Amino acid sequence: MRITQGTFSYLPDLSDAQITKQLQYAIDKGWAVGIEVTDDPHPRNTYWEMFGLPMFDLRDAAGILLEIHNARKTFPDHYIRVTAFDSTHQVESVVLSFIVNRPKEEPGFRLVRTEEPGRTLRYSIESYAVVARPEGARY
Amino acid sequence: MNALAKDAATEITTSTKRYKAGVLKYAQMGYWQPDYEPKRTDIIALFRITPQEGVDPVEAAAAVAGESSTATWTVVWTDRLTACDMYRAKAYSVEPVPGIPGQWFCKVAYDLSLFEEGSIANVTASIIGNVFSFKPLKAARLEDMQFPVAYVKTFRGPPTGIIVERERLDKFGRPLLGATTKPKLGLSGRNYGRVVYEGLKGGLDFMKDDENINSQPFMHWRDRYLFVMDAVNKASAATGEVKGSYLNVTAGSMEEMYKRAAFAKELGSVIVMVDLVVGYTGIQSLSNWCRDHDMILHLHRAGHGTYTRQKNHGVSFRVIAKWMRMLGVDHIHAGTAVGKLEGDPATVQGYYNVCRDAHTKVDLVRGIHFEQDWGALRKVMPVASGGIHAGQMHQLLDLFGDDVVLQFGGGTIGHPDGIQAGATANRVALEAMVLARNEGRDIANEGPQILRDAARWCSPLKAALDTWGDISFNYTPTDTSDFVPTPTAV
Repeated sequence: MRITQGTFSYLPDLSDAQITKQLQYAIDKGWAVGIEVTDDPHPRNTYWEMFGLPMFDLRDAAGILLEIHNARKTFPDHYIRVTAFDSTHQVESVVLSFIVNRPKEEPGFRLVRTEEPGRTLRYSIESYAVVARPEGARY
Repeated sequence: MNALAKDAATEITTSTKRYKAGVLKYAQMGYWQPDYEPKRTDIIALFRITPQEGVDPVEAAAAVAGESSTATWTVVWTDRLTACDMYRAKAYSVEPVPGIPGQWFCKVAYDLSLFEEGSIANVTASIIGNVFSFKPLKAARLEDMQFPVAYVKTFRGPPTGIIVERERLDKFGRPLLGATTKPKLGLSGRNYGRVVYEGLKGGLDFMKDDENINSQPFMHWRDRYLFVMDAVNKASAATGEVKGSYLNVTAGSMEEMYKRAAFAKELGSVIVMVDLVVGYTGIQSLSNWCRDHDMILHLHRAGHGTYTRQKNHGVSFRVIAKWMRMLGVDHIHAGTAVGKLEGDPATVQGYYNVCRDAHTKVDLVRGIHFEQDWGALRKVMPVASGGIHAGQMHQLLDLFGDDVVLQFGGGTIGHPDGIQAGATANRVALEAMVLARNEGRDIANEGPQILRDAARWCSPLKAALDTWGDISFNYTPTDTSDFVPTPTAV
């Protein structure tokens, strides 16, 4: 399967040239771009590990791309995403977030159903990769 | 405008004359004050009035002010027991509507102490209470309202709001995608859940109950909730994304609605929906419930067309949108401009701005007559739904930007290769268009080419464009701003 989190997951993986244009868009808007990494892509795993702090003062897309390359070198088989933050009053949140690296194999998720009285079911989602191996050795 | 003041025979010079038993003109009773300067704490309403033949527009405006505040048809001495000068609403401006003879815009100011805090029911009981049936007016329309921030802050606003909704769903930088399950009526719970699963797995963020899906013989509500939530969770596991389906809790009583909302929560739904027809108070109560239970509240504006559509009579939807933001919904259907339902593009953009602005500015072309400070009230996500398809993606993104839910019902479920293919076509079209816009391309003009390029590698999108690419709904809108020479077209 292909995890489709992020703004552009239904498109073919973005090239570095395409990523650079998106980074430039974010920079031109005055957003701070951060790089985040995980090997636990559960849909509600909000806090991926930060690959450094958001780059508040970097105004050059090429510099951010360099950091993406560093992240890919360090974590070639992890999910890596770029996240842009807008500090405008009453936004103050993420405004763009897209995946720039993913594992070669994505085993996906199992839906666990727990039957309860009546016809009610309780659901949980577990990642095959996370269940099989500890952090850092999953992909 | 001020002809009455010159009418010496009926001029009111003393309190004795003013409160003598009998009938006075409203303007003479103090409801017309052309020199009045609204206070920063006043609530202001803009009415479009069509007086009967022979009725002076100033007197008509004064009557609107009178009947929507303290007046009755005759003089009453009991006024003198109150601070009646303050309680009287003041019509302070009457202007002809540009290009429409016989219609007038009148502005009326209301003192803040006329209203109960946190109650749209109370606001509406005054502002659109008796006055719309008043005989000397052929027609009346509430065009816009301005609320002082002091009054805005007596409301809690959206329980979730655009920003927090996105954080909960983990979806940023693009419009959300939805679809209404079709056919509207008749599917069993099992069949209904199939449509939900296919749409969500194919790439939509949300599916939606239709406004009239409640608990009918063909599908009782509990059965729908159970099947739908299985579909939602299965699609979430299949994609790794948070998914949702608006479970309609609309019912005949608040008790029943709370019961349905509680079951939706128990099953893990992120969102419930309600119809505008349950009324302002019902929606506000449900909003409070949603705030207490981390639930997004979707509002379907069922019924609004009965009073928002005709320009000469009723209530403009921009006013409804303001009320709904104050009493607290997270989503509101606000029109598509390009789809099958009524909506002039500029006017619809006006509704969107009311939902999403931190501070709304005067914008006559978009029908916004007043500045509005929203006092940090959260923002409402507008929903574009009704007769839209993937081939219009560039227009939709260009008109509405990122903070909108685009709902393609027929445009998903009617896809020749099935619902999943329909959903994928929409998601690919959307992401391709956002990517292109961010790259600096002129999507309004290059949009069709951007879609065709994406369709070269995405066969579901190609099939969608082949099926619907030429479909458009170009009818002259009925509700347009009177401050542009011709109705805007897409």
